[in-house]
Amino acid sequence: MQPIVVQHIHKSFGSVKALHDISFTVEEGELFGLIGPDGAGKSTLFRILATLLLADKGNAYVNGSDVVKDYRSVRRHVGYMPGRFSLYQDLTIAENLNFFATIFSTSVEENYELIRDIYEQIAPFKDRPAGKLSGGMKQKLALCCALVHKPRVLFLDEPTTGVDPVSRQEFWEMLKRLKSKGIPILVSTPYMDEAMLCDKVALIQKGEIMQINTPAAIVAGFGRQVWAVRAKNMYHLLKDIRAFEGTHSCFAFGEFLHVTLDTDESALQKYLRPLQHEDLVIRPAQPGIEDSFMQLMLEQNETT
Amino acid sequence: MSKQYAIVTKALTKRFGHFTATDAITFEVEQGEIFGFLGANGAGKTTAMRMLCGLLTPTSGEATIAGYDIYKQTEQVKKRIGYMSQKFSLYEDLTVKENIRFYAGIYGLSNQQIKEKTAELLRKLQMEKEGGQLVSSLPLGWKQKLSFSIAVIHDPSIVFLDEPTGGVDPITRRQFWDLIYEAADRGVTIFVTTHYMDEAEYCNRISIMVDGKIKALDTPRKLKEQFNADSMNDVFLQLARAKS
Amino acid sequence: MRQFLVFVRKEFYHIFRDKRTLLILFGMPVVLIVLFGFAITNEIHKAQIAVLDNARDAFSSRLVSRLTASGYFEVNRYLSSRAEVEPAFREGDIKLVVVIPEKFGHNFHHAKKAPLQLITDSSDPNTATTLTNYANAIVMQYQEEMGGKMELPLTIQTAVRMEYNPSLKGVFLFVPGVMTLILMLVSAMMTSITITREKELGTMEILLVSPLRPLLIIAGKVVPYIGLSFIISLLILAMGAGVFAMPVKGSLVLLLLECILFGLTALSLGILISTITNSQQTAMMISMMGLLLPTILLSGFVFPLESMPVALQVISNIFPAKWFIIILKSIMLKGGGLQQVWLPTLILSGMTLFFLALSIRNFKSRLS
Repeated sequence: MQPIVVQHIHKSFGSVKALHDISFTVEEGELFGLIGPDGAGKSTLFRILATLLLADKGNAYVNGSDVVKDYRSVRRHVGYMPGRFSLYQDLTIAENLNFFATIFSTSVEENYELIRDIYEQIAPFKDRPAGKLSGGMKQKLALCCALVHKPRVLFLDEPTTGVDPVSRQEFWEMLKRLKSKGIPILVSTPYMDEAMLCDKVALIQKGEIMQINTPAAIVAGFGRQVWAVRAKNMYHLLKDIRAFEGTHSCFAFGEFLHVTLDTDESALQKYLRPLQHEDLVIRPAQPGIEDSFMQLMLEQNETT
Repeated sequence: MSKQYAIVTKALTKRFGHFTATDAITFEVEQGEIFGFLGANGAGKTTAMRMLCGLLTPTSGEATIAGYDIYKQTEQVKKRIGYMSQKFSLYEDLTVKENIRFYAGIYGLSNQQIKEKTAELLRKLQMEKEGGQLVSSLPLGWKQKLSFSIAVIHDPSIVFLDEPTGGVDPITRRQFWDLIYEAADRGVTIFVTTHYMDEAEYCNRISIMVDGKIKALDTPRKLKEQFNADSMNDVFLQLARAKS
Repeated sequence: MRQFLVFVRKEFYHIFRDKRTLLILFGMPVVLIVLFGFAITNEIHKAQIAVLDNARDAFSSRLVSRLTASGYFEVNRYLSSRAEVEPAFREGDIKLVVVIPEKFGHNFHHAKKAPLQLITDSSDPNTATTLTNYANAIVMQYQEEMGGKMELPLTIQTAVRMEYNPSLKGVFLFVPGVMTLILMLVSAMMTSITITREKELGTMEILLVSPLRPLLIIAGKVVPYIGLSFIISLLILAMGAGVFAMPVKGSLVLLLLECILFGLTALSLGILISTITNSQQTAMMISMMGLLLPTILLSGFVFPLESMPVALQVISNIFPAKWFIIILKSIMLKGGGLQQVWLPTLILSGMTLFFLALSIRNFKSRLS
């Protein structure tokens, strides 16, 4: 049985199309990423799957149960971590955890094995109110709360937003360990680099899925040679390359610009030479998920 | 050649009770520089930024902003800085133009200036058609670009940006950085915090704070050499992990 | 059941950790009672009067000393002629002039007719009316003691008031009002705020996704407030009794049961409010404008309903506060039992069921 099946989901709020024809499946034990910026419709999709919202059209099944008809059964077996770490700010770590365990008719001790390695990291602060924790600790606590009833499916809506890179990396390591325990996970994130850590990703933008595949396949399908270009004054370099008629796209990427060309590289060399950029470097580069995402965004913008 | 400094701090410290949020930080930011201010959550970035904006009085140490003392000349400091944070930027229930007029009015621009600035700003953002729309109806990325443009509407010499691009799509994020580059090119000093490590690389220089102290400060390339790392992300992780 | 208990315990944590709100909840009844009891009172205390005693006999001087002995009046000066009355008022201190006719005592005993004139400063009509009522009452008591029947300007209305509130204490009328106000505030406003807070925080999403039944979520949220409002009712009653010697003539048990009933009415209103809004701020505004203001203005608490336009009197019927105040006054002041208060009790119960049914119908097990 596929733990999450989504079929042609549509959802509008008034005249705003939040989701348009969304379909995908998550396989047993898979870590599936929904990658897209704020406002792409990720949270709406999570709420539909968590039985909190009704779709206008389409079906969705979690653990084989229909999210509309069998919503009670879905609710029993889902671990849901909404965005913004929904915790009681005035309750301590231990109180929050106990509370969420009890409302799911279980106890922390019963499923301690599952949350042990996460909980132990925050256990030294267990008497501190959740409101006084750092973002990383709140995130770990929220994950513990979502896991405490041993859900069969885990929904994590932007668990790493607003959290520093160290906590983000630790969080993804935790997800990997959970995945190895066989829990299918649907996770959303606006950070493109995190896509590489998923088994499969759906790139979502403006309520539509632009592509679904393994991260490696998405990158492999980029189809154009990417050139990394660098000079001392990056802003002038960026303006100059964008003004070049052979440029297909040019975006800042870390310390380089990622440039794709409609001509060959020597034409760019020739164009840049008289412009006297200091320390100019042009070299081939590997495209990443973010390159693909932007490429797909441009294509989407052209079609609409 | 003497350099012009936009920000100079000496042993700037802020304590809350027994807790030292920023511990004797010392650094200079040159005029027109894009300065990345990085650190894990709770490392003291926000506290430092608030002191520099004149919102918090330091416990000890010295700092000048555009040559003005942050203890005694807070009024002058505030006139010369712009500030934009991810959380609060624009009034959602006002239109684009009303927001512009309001902020420009706060900084004492004349009606004539406001008119010109508004037209120029909308043209630059390609938002002429949306001028009369409520801000709440704009996509997040547009709001962020708009609020940056408003933060520099009074031509400040320094602008503080607190995680300005969180959650914004990759193309809009780069358009946002185009605006930053362009402002820096005009000589505006940019002081920016971010969680995107690739954005850190766009900065001229970066400081990384760990537990209230500045643990590294240099150009991205030199930092990567120094820590023998491929990316700023590695540099950051090495530093932040070293503490525990 | 265990889930429910844990839920209630969590709610108590919220309540007790929010020290500021807790202080307001318990401080406000105290402050209000003290304010209404001592400061903002419309009862008379040492009102300055002038006496034009044309009789100057033993009978007239006894009447004057009777007036002053009550503590409500203090003789500021004696006038010697009718011409001095107006200047005395104009100076401002004098609120009432008692004009005693010539041969007062003689006429009282022999002619059985002793017209006494009370002149008031009606630039403040409320005070003027109260003063004449008080003075009338005292005069009546005096004449009764003297055993004579005479035509003094008496009103039955005065007599009725005297009967249930013999010492004419305003605070007795305010205690029921304050009680109503506070119960409304604690139960309706606090519940609507605490439920909307969960919505704002996003924790409501998790609760809804959990196997908890919506009814259990609501019950878990309101039970602590029922307890809290009950404790506060006790506090107000204790203050009334302890500080102002306010009696509870009727059954205390019945009174407390009625308090719980009204607490439930207010809670159901609070739940109803929280089902129609998602933000704490809106919930607070609705509670203030929709519940607290009518409770103060249209319940007979501050302004007597009888003197309002008919339209407002009709409207006042839909506010539970009016009925609760009727119940409270009846039980506390008149010693009324269930026979006397069954109608308002029934109305309150009906309202409660109606609001509960409406809010359960409105409460969504989803977000929209």
